[in-house]
Amino acid sequence: MTQPAQPALEKKPVNIAKRRQYVAAYALSMPFMVVFALMIAVPLFYAGYLSFFKKQLIGGVSFVGMDNYARALTDPSFLGGVGRMALFLVIQVPVMLGLSLLFALILDSGMLRLQRFIRLGVFLPYAIPSVIATLMWGYLYGKDFGPFAQLAKSLGLPAPDFLAGGNVLFSIMNIVTWGFVGYNMIVMYAALRSIPAELYEAARVDGAREWRLAWSIKIPAIRGALLLTTIFSVIGSFQLFNEPNLLRVIAPAAIGQDYTPNMYAFQLSFVNQDSNYAAAIAFLLGIVIMAVSYGVQLTANRKEKAS
Amino acid sequence: MKKDTKLAFWTWVPDIQKEVDLFQAKYPSVKVEVVNVGQGGAHYQKLRAAIQAGKGAPDVVQMEFDKLPSFTLTDSLLDLTPYGIGDLKSDYPGWVWSGVTPGGKGIYGVPQDTGPMGMLYREDLFTAAGLTVPKTWDDFAAAVTTYRGKNPSSMLTNWAPSSEANMLGLFWQAGGRPFSYDGAKSVKINLTGDAACKKVTAYWNDLFKSGNIGNEPDFNDAWYQGLNSGKYASWLTGAWGPVFLQGTAKSTAGKWRAAPLPQWDTSKPASGNYGGSTDAVLKSSENPIAAAMLARFVNTDEKAALTLANEQFLFPPATKTLNNPAFADATSSFYGGQKVNKQFTDISMTVQEGFQFLPFNDYAASSYDKTMGKAIGDRGDLNAALAAWQDDLVQYAKGQGFTVAS
Repeated sequence: MTQPAQPALEKKPVNIAKRRQYVAAYALSMPFMVVFALMIAVPLFYAGYLSFFKKQLIGGVSFVGMDNYARALTDPSFLGGVGRMALFLVIQVPVMLGLSLLFALILDSGMLRLQRFIRLGVFLPYAIPSVIATLMWGYLYGKDFGPFAQLAKSLGLPAPDFLAGGNVLFSIMNIVTWGFVGYNMIVMYAALRSIPAELYEAARVDGAREWRLAWSIKIPAIRGALLLTTIFSVIGSFQLFNEPNLLRVIAPAAIGQDYTPNMYAFQLSFVNQDSNYAAAIAFLLGIVIMAVSYGVQLTANRKEKAS
Repeated sequence: MKKDTKLAFWTWVPDIQKEVDLFQAKYPSVKVEVVNVGQGGAHYQKLRAAIQAGKGAPDVVQMEFDKLPSFTLTDSLLDLTPYGIGDLKSDYPGWVWSGVTPGGKGIYGVPQDTGPMGMLYREDLFTAAGLTVPKTWDDFAAAVTTYRGKNPSSMLTNWAPSSEANMLGLFWQAGGRPFSYDGAKSVKINLTGDAACKKVTAYWNDLFKSGNIGNEPDFNDAWYQGLNSGKYASWLTGAWGPVFLQGTAKSTAGKWRAAPLPQWDTSKPASGNYGGSTDAVLKSSENPIAAAMLARFVNTDEKAALTLANEQFLFPPATKTLNNPAFADATSSFYGGQKVNKQFTDISMTVQEGFQFLPFNDYAASSYDKTMGKAIGDRGDLNAALAAWQDDLVQYAKGQGFTVAS
């Protein structure tokens, strides 16, 4: 940036006004900067610093350079967790966002009765903390006393085991989807409401029906909102913690303590007393999330340019 | 003890303020602040964080027996020997006292409660199935089959996947001594080389393979429901179990009884311990004398100890309290008027000495979950899982700089 140096001095009144503006801008953004530095930047640097050391129960602390990172790249617990979350991502996120988009389009079409009631109903699960949602679903999944099991039993069928090793990932996907469909729907719905009505009129004059409107006008117009919700979902998937951690209580054999990378980092730090390695894991996870989010954004931008 | 002093006391015992009040009545110049920072993992995580931060740690802290060595390892606890705690030694059964002297050096806590293991069982279900109380483990295995044959929807017992402490109690009973720690740099890890541990593992492996016992995780709603609804006819647990069950399986009141664990050798009755805690003093305490006095008083003052036993239902570690008629002769209608305390007092006298924990028991437990626990949950091969547990622990210990013997 170039300074508006000498000439500006001559226009004194303007300069004072500008300086006041600057002062006000800094003063107003200062609280954010302070909190950002204390709560985000400092812990981040500290974690980065920690990740270059190794602390043994016997022998104390030593500098190990990139050793913790090298160890993580061959650690089946970490790689397994990342792989599991990648699978989670490619299945759960499209389903969830697809449902959100569907609900948003239906609401926006205005063809539904009880609009407000349904909108609130779809959104409501988001208002329930994930901890409580997981406890609730944990009960529903129960293979002795859960309603699904009871129903199956009364029909003489074997009770479905939602918490068995092969099923539990899908059971978690269901909880997350249930919780977040409404949230994403509201973001998309808000974007849909801001599309100028003239576009619709023009399209209707050309003879477009509702589904054609949705496909050719609405969806392209809310691309920004779709990208935003996708990126949020990518980040959320890799950071999964609450749902599997709570389900672990009722399915410890199916959900290991290293089930997700976040759970693994927590375990390393608080059970294995190895916060240095946990810090390295956290950093690597951050890099994975950045890379995937960037990839998503890049693909979206390319498509936009191509169209 | 006349100087104005403030002590912080972290504990999860409900209403321990009662015993603390007795202490403060005797030493009015000492002010004790009782704090409950949560149970289990949360308690130790906060404690470790406070120790690491160098401030905010309490003076006195409740600590389970199996966690003590991991805090003496980091040199966080005060050796209470200079504070005269050693004269309490003769008040406890030997196995209790050895629990507060990890590695045999120093005294790092005052025993608060213990969990010698016994069997709680449904007398009505046993009778209906024509079973008598199994005296030996062979009897128990036979009872498992018989019971299942008569009750396809119910099982004689459940053995949960994530219960390392519970399994160690059974190893302990069988004479297994897989771990030891010299208080410095050496640990012994010998799960697969210990004949008793192998015997117990193979025994349970067969029970799981038969499919006739449960493998449900414990301490969650489905398990409570199972105990309430007769899904399980017995529970092998520590001496704190009877009161716990009473609060959990209310609708089965009057139907339960307590008995010793089945035995490997009936001529030498034995038991192991599952759970129990101590009160330890942090090395960082600025008032070590007052802190040591508090830990001592709360657990050994006659009135305080009896209140802990009869009102907070902690199973007492001291011989005197165990044999006090006000404790031992108490009957419980939940157990059909049986003298349950007396039953467990007798069991407590049969717990063998010499069992030790690793100085990284948190890790040992989580490693158990992913090896033994996983095999239990999947009804896989427990014998192979024991070897996997052994290997994982050795690897961790070496990585942490210990000298490992097996």
